Amino acid sequence: MVDATHGGMGTIPAAEVPDVELYHPHSWIEKYVFSQDAKYIAIQYSITALAIGLVALVLSWLIRLQLGFPGVFTFIDADHYYQFITMHGMIMVIYLLTALFLGGFGNYLIPLMIGARDMVFPFVNMLSYWVYLLAVLVLAASFFMPGGPTGAGWTLYPPQAILSGTPGQQWGIILMLISLIIFIIGFTMGGLNYVVTVLQARARGMTLMRMPLTVWGIFTATILALLAFPALLVANIMMLFDKLLGTSFFMPAIVELGQQMSYRGGSPILFQHLFWFFGHPEVYIVALPAFGIVSDLIATHARRNIFGYRMMVWAIVAIAALSFVVWAHHMYVSGMNPNFGFFFATTTLIIAIPTAIKVYNWILTLWRGNIHLNVPMLFALGFIVTFVNGGLSGLFLGNVVVDVPLSDTMFVVAHFHMVMGVAPIMVIFGAIYHWYPKITGRMMDEGLGKFHFWVTFLGAYLIYFPMHYLGLLGVPRRYHDLGTTDFIPPNVATLNEFITVMALIVGFAQMVFLYNLFTSVWKGKLAGGNPWRATTLEWQTPQTPPAHGNFGKDLPVVYRWAYDYSVPGAKEDFIPQNQPPSAATA
Amino acid sequence: MAEATVTHAGDAPGRPDGLRGIAADISSDQRAFKTASWGKAMMWIFLLSDTFIFSCFLLSYMTVRISTTVPWPNPSEVFALHIGGSDIPLILIAIMTFVLISSSGTMAMAVNYGYRRDRKKTAILMLVTAALGATFVGMQAFEWSKLISEGVRPWGNPWGADQFGSSFFMITGFHGTHVTIGVIFLLIVARRVWRGDFDVGRRGFFTDRRGHYETVEIMGLYWHFVDLVWVFIFALFYLW
Ligand code: HEM
Ligand SMILES: [Cu+2]
Repeated sequence: MVDATHGGMGTIPAAEVPDVELYHPHSWIEKYVFSQDAKYIAIQYSITALAIGLVALVLSWLIRLQLGFPGVFTFIDADHYYQFITMHGMIMVIYLLTALFLGGFGNYLIPLMIGARDMVFPFVNMLSYWVYLLAVLVLAASFFMPGGPTGAGWTLYPPQAILSGTPGQQWGIILMLISLIIFIIGFTMGGLNYVVTVLQARARGMTLMRMPLTVWGIFTATILALLAFPALLVANIMMLFDKLLGTSFFMPAIVELGQQMSYRGGSPILFQHLFWFFGHPEVYIVALPAFGIVSDLIATHARRNIFGYRMMVWAIVAIAALSFVVWAHHMYVSGMNPNFGFFFATTTLIIAIPTAIKVYNWILTLWRGNIHLNVPMLFALGFIVTFVNGGLSGLFLGNVVVDVPLSDTMFVVAHFHMVMGVAPIMVIFGAIYHWYPKITGRMMDEGLGKFHFWVTFLGAYLIYFPMHYLGLLGVPRRYHDLGTTDFIPPNVATLNEFITVMALIVGFAQMVFLYNLFTSVWKGKLAGGNPWRATTLEWQTPQTPPAHGNFGKDLPVVYRWAYDYSVPGAKEDFIPQNQPPSAATA
Repeated sequence: MAEATVTHAGDAPGRPDGLRGIAADISSDQRAFKTASWGKAMMWIFLLSDTFIFSCFLLSYMTVRISTTVPWPNPSEVFALHIGGSDIPLILIAIMTFVLISSSGTMAMAVNYGYRRDRKKTAILMLVTAALGATFVGMQAFEWSKLISEGVRPWGNPWGADQFGSSFFMITGFHGTHVTIGVIFLLIVARRVWRGDFDVGRRGFFTDRRGHYETVEIMGLYWHFVDLVWVFIFALFYLW
């Protein structure tokens, strides 16, 4: 292996900046509550995200109960149904996935993996978490307001989002918009930190092209988020004004309950453009960290260097750049100029190229690898399968002519759950099983983990595969009750029952996961510092869990890329990134 | 393979020239931007993000202005002041713009004196900048109250498209908020300069970090950005 990719030649430059002065907490409260340690903030972020994610999970059961057994659960009326799908979707995408990947994994892994003592501005980083928590609380509060949470759909399209036909138009929509605005402010504080830390605070020898792909994924996703959230922020502010001040940014002249409203002349399509200028990059905000993490899981657990590291990095960057010019593929049926449809279909299909490169590289990494089928590896494999699956149905939907009849059917629901629901969640699980020993010092239970994986993976397929078929039959999405319609055959009802039962089983498996997650803190096997025999810096810390400041007295010096697994002639089948060359072979 | 990764601590080798050199620098270890401190890098990236926010606001304003079917009020009449018996179009805005641009000048001077560690001059120039900024906000408040007294509201106005008032209050309000926040931070930093915090490396109250004169420059980046944005608002809102 000649080393074009790892940047092996040359010397390790001297330190350019003096070691940082760490912030040391002055009191109990600063240590355990308002902590400025990125690792601690990461755990706070993760627990908050999982807690609100649990709400979204329960909502998905209620949605499914209604769809599977319409009329049986009378408390789920049409209004509630809309509120449930809206909150389910929004929580899953923003408050769970975005927060967990960037706030959770980003905070924990970035400083450790690049050899820094902490984020560059720990105080701002801490604020980021508390602002996020505030956003979550405001969101949760909307469940208890008169009229309940908003039922506008997670896309919040006006005019309906703020009109009285939609549940939650009194308080729900207002709190939703405010909560999102707060979330964006909080995220920006954290996001600036992640980006600057990666750019400006790496260890000696840690060049950009030696960074683990996890860091590349999170870093690029953060930049995406910093440039995409502004559009959502602006859209939210304008809609808030439409709702509260009676401006007409998005509101055309419209009749509500037989009354002519005072709105006139606004542009509902403008909202859609702003929303999807954020919304499509959002898909990659959760996908890129997943790409990065899964690359590292695969390399570590197949004991192989990642295939085509350089290509993997460029693919991440290319996907990120392209994701800003595809947004209107969500608007094929909104009434756009057909030429736009052509343009956006083309860019959408072009994204498939770097994405396919990544998939091939994962498979080539696995090829002839020494695959350990442990829980993180299983989830990584599960990710590849579900992601390819969702990606393929994405190719269908990216084409205007195919999308038009499939728009707003269950096919779309199946597609996006595969690609941005199940696939990133698989990576999150894999990553939790993988890094748990570093975070707590103990392993999670392997048996329960395997049970969790198989039920989740097979269950997800049994839920979403039939949903594609429902979509092809024309079963619409966001329908409380299908009623009796000629084009919907009776077997749809049976299939819906089946899907619901599967969803409940998968939901149960998540409870097993949570049990495993919490009890392993004290019941798990002791892990030691580097149980997976991995190369990256976080596994080389002097203490496990890493202490404040991460690396003890001296910061690590990096001599190689992150993927020296099974190097011929080396003593062990992995060489840590901070191992000097002479020590590796002797 | 192992030989290929041989590396020894020692002097950095010479870097290649031109574009390759830039690429080598950016991807080299420790820091991508060799001359930027953490704070400065953070401010630049924040400003990039903020640029997207303002762009979205301005693009949205242009979209609603183009798509509304009702005529747009004529800015040179709306924003005229009645002085000495005749209507002078855009006079107030011209003065506001002048004030804000001048404040960029005093800010640049403050940065300059900051680098010479001239405590007094830096602080005074920052205070002048803050005063000019506050004047700007004050004149904006005057303009708002004038328009409000003439019947302009976020939801309507006497002369044409409703979106005129909505966009006007939203965009100038958002920009004015930026200026106000800038003024507040200018005052805080000026106080720290005056007290000599940066000369003795006194620690920040919240962060426990030692302060530097560079803070003045970072403050300056923000201030110039806010001015630059105003130029776009001026061109797109008042001159269009
Ligand atoms: C726990 C397993 C899950 C189940 C059983 C489930 C079920 C569903 C169903 C049935 C719908 C469609 C309702 C309708 O259109 O009438 C839906 C909507 C949605 N789900 Fe999930 N979901 C799950 C997990 C997730 C995850 C992990 C995400 C994260 C991306 C997610 C994001 C969404 C979104 C964005 C919507 C669209 C909401 C809307 O139409 O406004 N879901 N879910
Ligand atoms: Cu998209």
